[in-house]
Amino acid sequence: MAVHEQAVDGSLLAVDKLTKVFGTFAACDHIDLAIKPGEIHALLGENGAGKSTLVKMLFGVLAPTSGRILWQGEPVRISSPNAARKLGIGMVFQHFSLFEALTVAENIALSMAPGISLAKISEEAATLSRSYGLPLDPKAHVADLSVGERQRIEIVRALLQNPRLIILDEPTSVLTPQEADRLFDTLAKLKAEGRSVLYISHRLEEVQRICDRATVLRHGKVTGACDPRQETPSSLARMMVGSDVAHVSAEGTSARGDVLLEARHLSAAARTPFAVSLKDVCLKVHGGEVLAIAGVAGNGQSELFDALSGEYPVADANAVQLRQKPVGTLGINARRLMGSGFVPEERHGHAAVSALPLSDNLVLARSVSDRKAFLGGGRLGIIRQDAVKRATKRICEVMDVRKSGEDPPAGSLSGGNLQKFIVGRELDRQPSVLVVNQPTWGVDAGAASRIRQALVDLAKAGSAVLVISQDLDEIFEVATEIAVINEGRLSDAYPAKDLSREKIGLLMGGMQVGKQAESLDAH
Amino acid sequence: MGIVEAILLTVITAATPLVIAALGELVTERSGVLNLGVEGMMIIGAVCAFVATQQTGSPYIGIIAGTVSGALFSLLFGFLTLTLVANQVATGLALTILGLGVSGMIGEPYSGQSGAKLPQIVFPFLSDIPYLGPLLFKQDLIFYLSIVLIFAVNWFLFKTRTGLMLRSVGDSHSSAHALGINVIRTRYLAVLFGGACAGLAGAQFSLVYTPQWTENMSAGRGWIALALVVFASWRPWRVVIGGYLFGAVSISQLHAQAFGIGIPSQFLSALPYLATVAVLIVISHNRRTTLINTPASLGKSFVPDR
Repeated sequence: MAVHEQAVDGSLLAVDKLTKVFGTFAACDHIDLAIKPGEIHALLGENGAGKSTLVKMLFGVLAPTSGRILWQGEPVRISSPNAARKLGIGMVFQHFSLFEALTVAENIALSMAPGISLAKISEEAATLSRSYGLPLDPKAHVADLSVGERQRIEIVRALLQNPRLIILDEPTSVLTPQEADRLFDTLAKLKAEGRSVLYISHRLEEVQRICDRATVLRHGKVTGACDPRQETPSSLARMMVGSDVAHVSAEGTSARGDVLLEARHLSAAARTPFAVSLKDVCLKVHGGEVLAIAGVAGNGQSELFDALSGEYPVADANAVQLRQKPVGTLGINARRLMGSGFVPEERHGHAAVSALPLSDNLVLARSVSDRKAFLGGGRLGIIRQDAVKRATKRICEVMDVRKSGEDPPAGSLSGGNLQKFIVGRELDRQPSVLVVNQPTWGVDAGAASRIRQALVDLAKAGSAVLVISQDLDEIFEVATEIAVINEGRLSDAYPAKDLSREKIGLLMGGMQVGKQAESLDAH
Repeated sequence: MGIVEAILLTVITAATPLVIAALGELVTERSGVLNLGVEGMMIIGAVCAFVATQQTGSPYIGIIAGTVSGALFSLLFGFLTLTLVANQVATGLALTILGLGVSGMIGEPYSGQSGAKLPQIVFPFLSDIPYLGPLLFKQDLIFYLSIVLIFAVNWFLFKTRTGLMLRSVGDSHSSAHALGINVIRTRYLAVLFGGACAGLAGAQFSLVYTPQWTENMSAGRGWIALALVVFASWRPWRVVIGGYLFGAVSISQLHAQAFGIGIPSQFLSALPYLATVAVLIVISHNRRTTLINTPASLGKSFVPDR
């Protein structure tokens, strides 16, 4: 690629056809990228686009399958984070690699060359953090610090190495807007010093605000290289989410039924520092409808699923309504008994016990809701093996689950086949309400289309279906209505045929949601 | 020498192996490895120390034999749990059972023989200090080693970079790996150190405490050492305090009987464990102290993904 050759000249870091394959899945597929000295370079892409994989290869955490990395024009092999640091690459991870039990100074000392006393490191860190406007107390334990303060440690730790290139992986995803502004000031200072920054984000606004150039990834491939300031948010969004029009399935649904699932001003506090709180979420799903909730991962999807399913009930019973009855305070089995089904995101360890056979996994999920069918002996609850085996067989046939043997352990199935089973396990009950989180995450195309068809068919039969997904192709295929979740707030729902990918991209990136949020706060 | 001094001397003798073994296990656990095989490594150390002493006539060679055999035995644990990624709890329990069995086999021909007692090393002048002198400066080598070990472990863990790396591996092995620290090697070394300490503690049984070999002579003190680490919430100085406390309790069983005090000895021998449970309740109540002191990766196997 001639254009790329030119870009490589005079660049600080360049990668040439870099590829990383996991099994048969290419997380990064022939990526070209060139970063000039003294520029803030954005790496844009949706979750799962391959950004983190690329960066891990640059920092020596993962080994590339093929392709070259060039540092100042010279091919290099970065075999470990230490090798990366020696070259002059510093990294600020998205999920911090900090040690909670240690102090700030100790955390920093671990990434420094040996032979420097802790006292000296504390002093240097304090000086450096002040000069970049990142105040830190070297003696504080990390366990006591806020997320923003923890990120400062990571940044100071990277800066103490005096790097030529600093990689920041989704740095603002955990920051308050004020903390983010502070970070941008720091980045401007670094740029003024002639250092380069590789800034990974999916937030268009930030990228347009601070970045000089951008490389856009989609499904592990480069889909664009541009100056973000010359682009419009919608042209960036198109590169990010793809411009090819998906064939929206003809819904062919009959008239809208009653409201079967509803959230009324549903709020829930974050359970952990990394969780998102739900803020005044309102949604309605009618029978015959598929409401899809789009959004970048980590914006409250899991929390919404937990609240709707009853894995973590909320204090306000009226906040969640199933078939117009308040269920907010009820647990998941009580909600299942009211004719609803739930499919969580994680196949292994959440939706299924990997080591147990499919039939046992079936009993575990439905032993309360289908007690009569599967359990005998009154209070003893003896498992009716015959009934369970028959149901397992039926589900596998309906969903075309390919497996080795009659009743293999869940863990031995491929991701797609296990997912088909898990979805089929709920569909088998013909639920009137189905809530699914990321139904086809990491699933092959064949299984994905089988699952999507099943969801559409269920809605056609008159049930209310809510799909939480990050995959816009999927959303356009199954949804009749679409809403977008951002930082725990849900947008209004729009009919799927009235929404463009650009608009969803913008909502996902947090634009326009500000207005939305204000109108909600005004209630 | 008064009765108080005599009692204190027995307390020191009872506490020394607890402190040594617990300090070793503390270093192991600080690296994130839970080795429940302390009892097994101790008894192997005890039998090897005794056999080596009988063969060579030198209890000092016995000390070396005990320490080295404990370390070698822990290497088996390290290989199984770190290289082959076996479950640490199950492997540790197996190590204890294996150690008790193997030591009985090795020691069989030596059973009932009276061995050489480790000689006292008397510091001139210092040992003449009233009260303290005979307690602290008229002791055997293993006692002095235990004192050195207390300071050394504390200094190593909290004042050196290597100690910091070891603690970081125990706190979050994946983060440590991302920083380029060799997690597996660090853990091997920590396990070896723990094994050596347990072996040394075992040597104290058969060379100082009761200079002879009897089967099962460790009598559950490996478990007390394990409890002690939790009791101390993984802080070396608290191990020392706890070690002497537990040592005093185990001695008080004997003295209580001698003085005819009616506390059931079973209650006294259960006391260390009750104290440990109490401490666990207290520390787990406070999230912050748990976060800061407990090695967060304790007992978790590490497999680098690459």
